[in-house]
Amino acid sequence: MRRTATYGLMAEFDNPSDLVAAAHKTYQAGYKKIDAYSPFPIEELAEAIGFHNNGVALVVLVGGILGCLSGYLMQWWIATVSYPVNVGGRPYHSWPAFIVVTFECTILFAVLSAVFGMLALNGLPMPYHPVFNVPRFAFATKDRFFLIVFSTDPKYDGVATRAFLESLAPRTISEVPS
Amino acid sequence: MAELNESTTRNGVAPVIEPGHTFATVTDKISSIVLTRPVSNGWLVGFGVAFLITMILMYAIGYLFVRGVGIWGIDIPVGWGFAIVNFVWWIGIGHAGTLISAILLLLRQSWRNSINRFAEAMTIFAVACAGMFPVLHLGRPWLAYWLFPYPNTMNYWPQFRSPLVWDVFAVSTYATTSLLFWFVGLIPDLATLRDRAENPAARMIYGILSMGWRGSARHWSRYETAYLLLAGLATPLVLSVHTVVSFDFAIGIVPGWHTTIFPPYFVAGAIYSGFAMVLMLAIPIRKFYGLEDFITERHLQNSAKVMLATGLIVAYGYGIEAFMGWYSGNRYDAFLLWNRLHGPYHVWYFSLLACNIFIPQLLWIRKLRTSPLGLFLISFVVLTGMWLERFIIVVVSLHRDFLNSSWGMYYPTRWDWATFIGTLGFFVACMFLFLRVLPMISIFELRTLLPEAEVKPE
Repeated sequence: MRRTATYGLMAEFDNPSDLVAAAHKTYQAGYKKIDAYSPFPIEELAEAIGFHNNGVALVVLVGGILGCLSGYLMQWWIATVSYPVNVGGRPYHSWPAFIVVTFECTILFAVLSAVFGMLALNGLPMPYHPVFNVPRFAFATKDRFFLIVFSTDPKYDGVATRAFLESLAPRTISEVPS
Repeated sequence: MAELNESTTRNGVAPVIEPGHTFATVTDKISSIVLTRPVSNGWLVGFGVAFLITMILMYAIGYLFVRGVGIWGIDIPVGWGFAIVNFVWWIGIGHAGTLISAILLLLRQSWRNSINRFAEAMTIFAVACAGMFPVLHLGRPWLAYWLFPYPNTMNYWPQFRSPLVWDVFAVSTYATTSLLFWFVGLIPDLATLRDRAENPAARMIYGILSMGWRGSARHWSRYETAYLLLAGLATPLVLSVHTVVSFDFAIGIVPGWHTTIFPPYFVAGAIYSGFAMVLMLAIPIRKFYGLEDFITERHLQNSAKVMLATGLIVAYGYGIEAFMGWYSGNRYDAFLLWNRLHGPYHVWYFSLLACNIFIPQLLWIRKLRTSPLGLFLISFVVLTGMWLERFIIVVVSLHRDFLNSSWGMYYPTRWDWATFIGTLGFFVACMFLFLRVLPMISIFELRTLLPEAEVKPE
């Protein structure tokens, strides 16, 4: 990654509609390395910044399958190989009795992969991030909406990008120090 | 998720949020309870009393560790007494929290957004109370880790054909899932508190807990997928947990336990008692913290309707149990019914019918469904009734089984009562602490319900 003095330019908006519209225009203007911040999830926003596939579902699917297999194989191995107990001549591999624990293990592994997979893909925990240097950004968790163009974007230019963001009529524009 | 018409009054249905709120007012109103509101005398007294009752629990547990389970009223034939009654009761209460947070999310019931946070907290504290009982009942509770499969020098493994082992997996998975689901839901609100907190220590603690959440669109996208999948996973899980708890009974051959209706009837009963607990918590909380704008009449009405519906399923379960006692032609099943109606515990059984079936029928009256005091009282009755139901299932079934020579009686001792009442204190003390340190209503989910949250097409 190219190191520059600024991390990016950040524009502040009043409401979700303006942010989505602005994000859409910025993406169409050719800026690809952009991000948007909002105090609550906005479905249209990820689409607007060109983010389509978040990968969480696949992680959860793999986690669930692993949980299912490991739960069942553990019981099979314990009941038939490691510690077989003969109960009135009943089969060691009594699979119907193993379904409940298999199910619970499936859920447990899928849940763990959903939570930790989501955090890992998001790169959290990350206590420091350059955007926190902008004092107004504290309102991103309250009632303000932000759009940022990263300085690593090939089209980024301190003056031209600021002029472009001005044309979107934001409340304020701030430079994010790196 | 946000639907404009959900948050405005129409056709006389009470709104989910009273009109006039904005992103800022919603945020300030809920976060100020944690950040700026001073500790009130009412909170101190309430927490103090609950804390003292928790100390009774500690004392009862300490004495149990010294003397063993002989201090309880359990004996042969009733070896399962209060410990299992309370375990089933508490875990059932937890189920409403998961139902509200997961199932109602999948069904797009946006009214859930203002009550899911504290309902999930209720789930976690109820599961914590529930989890204590089987462990205390073990006799040698310090060996509780033997319940889990781990490689050991004794070369022993748990017996996976036993429903009691299934229960270990179901309850521990449920506790883990509820905790993670709750925590994931809290992350964005913890970030809000981090950015609002004036106190440096509070800012640091909320900062660590929120893990640097900054509300990026990419993060929200993954977050929403993960949250939806968690709801999808928690839904079958919550149904399975009480099903597995009912297997503890239904797999056994004791008359009154060995029946196929147990799983659905246990799950319905769990949701029934859970919603009663939600109402018993929501009604005082909205009053004392002035949250009538967010926990509206609509929430009370809907909870009352869920209670009424699940209560009728429970009544159907009782009906089928009684019918099968007669129809099966099995003399032991027939005797069980006779024993419930005429045996030494018949007063408990009639109280159960009154609390769980007859009194809740008052909820058909619309006026009562909208009266906080009336709902509070009915919820108390339902919680009592559901506790009695578990008592009837555990104790009355066990005390007179197949052989007259093995009949006996069960009398709970003061230690049984101290442990049970102690967990009530522990539960309430945890709720008091939760109300002070975490946002009791999901702030970011409430924002999505506001009309201004809707993205207008360009």
